[in-house]
Amino acid sequence: MKLKLGALGAAIVVLALLPIPLSEFRTVQLATVGAYFIAILGLDVLTGHSGQISLGHGAFMAVGAYTTAILMVNHGVRDLWTIPIAAAVAGGVGLIAGVPALRLSGLYLALATFGIAVVFPTILKKFDHFTGGSTGITLFGKPTETGHGAGIWGMTNNEWLYALTWTIAVFCFLVAWWLLGSRFGRSLRAIRDSELAAAASGINRAAYKVGAFGVSAAFAGIAGSLLAINIAYVSPDTFPIQLSLYLLVGAVVGFFGSIWGAVLGALLIQFLPDIVGLIPHVNTKQAGPTTLFFGLVLVALMLLLPLVLRVGAAIANRGYSRAQ
Amino acid sequence: MTNFLQQIVSGLASGGIYGSLALAIVIIHRSTGVINFAQGEMATLSAFVCWTLVDHGWSFWAAFAATLVLSFAGGVTLQTVVIRPLQGGPLLGIVILTIGLLIAFNGLTTWIWGGAAKQFAGPFSTAPINVGGVAFSKQDIGVIAVSIVVVILVGLLFTRTKAGLGLRAAAVNPIEARLVGVRVPAMLAVGWGLAAALGAVAGVMAAPSLFLEPNMMQTVLLYAFAAAVLGGMDSPVGAVVGGLVLGVLLNLVGTYVHWIGGELRLATALAVILGVLLFRPSGLFGRPAVRRA
Amino acid sequence: MPLLELRDLEARYGEIRALHGVSLSVDDGDFVAILGANGAGKTTTLRAISGTVKTTGDVILEGSKVFRRTPEAMARRGVAHVPEGRGTFATLSVLDNLRLGAWTQRGTSQRDLAHVFEFFPRLYERREQQAGTLSGGEQQMLALGRAMMAKPRLLLLDEPSLGLAPIVVREIFDALLRMNERGTTIVVVEQNATLALAAAKHAFVLETGRIVLSGPAADLRANESVRRSYLGY
Repeated sequence: MKLKLGALGAAIVVLALLPIPLSEFRTVQLATVGAYFIAILGLDVLTGHSGQISLGHGAFMAVGAYTTAILMVNHGVRDLWTIPIAAAVAGGVGLIAGVPALRLSGLYLALATFGIAVVFPTILKKFDHFTGGSTGITLFGKPTETGHGAGIWGMTNNEWLYALTWTIAVFCFLVAWWLLGSRFGRSLRAIRDSELAAAASGINRAAYKVGAFGVSAAFAGIAGSLLAINIAYVSPDTFPIQLSLYLLVGAVVGFFGSIWGAVLGALLIQFLPDIVGLIPHVNTKQAGPTTLFFGLVLVALMLLLPLVLRVGAAIANRGYSRAQ
Repeated sequence: MTNFLQQIVSGLASGGIYGSLALAIVIIHRSTGVINFAQGEMATLSAFVCWTLVDHGWSFWAAFAATLVLSFAGGVTLQTVVIRPLQGGPLLGIVILTIGLLIAFNGLTTWIWGGAAKQFAGPFSTAPINVGGVAFSKQDIGVIAVSIVVVILVGLLFTRTKAGLGLRAAAVNPIEARLVGVRVPAMLAVGWGLAAALGAVAGVMAAPSLFLEPNMMQTVLLYAFAAAVLGGMDSPVGAVVGGLVLGVLLNLVGTYVHWIGGELRLATALAVILGVLLFRPSGLFGRPAVRRA
Repeated sequence: MPLLELRDLEARYGEIRALHGVSLSVDDGDFVAILGANGAGKTTTLRAISGTVKTTGDVILEGSKVFRRTPEAMARRGVAHVPEGRGTFATLSVLDNLRLGAWTQRGTSQRDLAHVFEFFPRLYERREQQAGTLSGGEQQMLALGRAMMAKPRLLLLDEPSLGLAPIVVREIFDALLRMNERGTTIVVVEQNATLALAAAKHAFVLETGRIVLSGPAADLRANESVRRSYLGY
């Protein structure tokens, strides 16, 4: 991921100006896109750069979301301050999860994280005195904690949410960019490409892999926290296995590493029902067609990926030899 | 004591369902190394197909037979069209593809039949049957019987038929198999077909008690994974035994460990998965794999 | 008309060229040895014949060019390839391994099985055992037995003596000679040149993907450079 300052600057300008022509409804939707973007960034770090697949990132999002909700509702913490705490808690859980993950190779890690994503809602329901059980936790009507930004610069509540989410998103992007370009990122990629070679180079594989889990989970925690603030409600069913899988789709769309891809993936998750609705004769009031389309997108991507990579490599190689 | 026996029998029945789906997963994993995450959704689709035939007036067993054939054909087609292009490439890519299929099949099923649960009257009446003073569900006994028959048939297929020999050879050593003339790509497709048919058995057996709806097999998939892992991911015998053991275990733990109850049944299965993968990865019947560090 | 003809075979593994235009012919009933150092291209030549590796050039079997050279197709044409390392199905029983040999035949005839057990009585003793539990020599016999079940026109063997004790190797080559007497054409790739030249009727020497010497085995045994490079005296 190369940082082109010009492109970043342009993106920030676009982000800042975007809400102006858009309706409040769209603005909130874009705020949600920002949250997904952060989660997908996290998944990029874990799966794209350290080669550990996670089908359970929805669970880390839930950890972040519930941290925010519990802090706000039970302890009166202001929404902004819950975000770093959510990141820390989710990151901590990620670090803990990363340790046993060391012993699981690719497919079995996928299996384990899939299981965690499926089971996590039931655990949330079980510990109901803590989490509010099936009814969840409502964040509405906590004016002292939420919507504090409304009024600043004349922003509405929705615009404030959008600004909050995307400011944090850009921040997370910069952190990710810095991390992945640093020795941390290089070591991760070395481990991903060849554990044996990495070990021979003296890289402490365990530390980096666990670290990647922690960082990735922290990102997801931030995303979950932002979603909770956004929707003002969390329940065990807010983060089902489908979400974890859709995040994977988002990451794959971004080819596991490109920033713009992550944005695309996030947009896809949020707006696919609308896209599918454009197809004639398809009734998107039903959940079926949208889900089917998601699945087909992933299938098509996986089938085309080898082809795309080969074409990409051919183009890249040609460019290289011409440069000589 | 009565309750204990009842829990065991009903545990064996659900175990039969888990074992059938686990067997499907193991067959594909053995021959290709792929974990087919879509196995559960394919089973759901098969169950809906069976329901539709019965709804159109077919007798249950005729519909069941037709569903098995259609599922087999579907599995073969799926492997040939969608999986084969990626065979030989990175496993993770194929697995992500199966996740795409999971999502797609779920969406397809929801689109065609809607999200509302449907009544599926199985072939076995829900009336209880009295054995030695203890009341058991006829349905449970029926499911156990079907599972036993299916397992025996699959076992015979693998050990007594030429096709079964070819399947086993293709799974054990595909390069060698081709050298003796086995058409390995075709064998792999047959393996997927067989797995799809087994999934259909699981789905149709599950439908009467779970209520037929698009998400029906999502939890069963996790139980099947647990059964397969418990038995050792490459052992067909392990998958079946693992399923039965898991079914009974979950019932007993759910009944007698009050803190777990029914709410943490899934979590218990997850605990089995994690426990086995972390502490005894080869499961009950698998061979320890040589891990080149 | 020779049974097998190779014309200008070229093969590569990625960027590396393994065969640089190999041409040879093998007559029906012949016993041919292919010699050469490690990496000379001997294994690749066998793989080219059995269709395991893609090559340019022609493979002509019994006078007709073979276009689609896949392992399954070559097996059906009567080519049996016993690869380096035996290639047995380790978790299947000895009996199942043999039955697999008969895959291209119409069913497994008990007579063929009896024939194999007559050649290798030890396989009969171990018929229900998993192939992976057999000793190296027994696995080589199993591989040969499996090849026999296919009633091949052409038997290809890659390094049959590798890792085996001399006594066992003797047994294997005796069996090969007996098979050859009964009409099976044999092509053996061997690093053990002494042994190979003793058993074979004709031989080829490969060096870096090219045939540098060919002729009757007796001639090669007497050849100065062969003696120095491969026979050690």
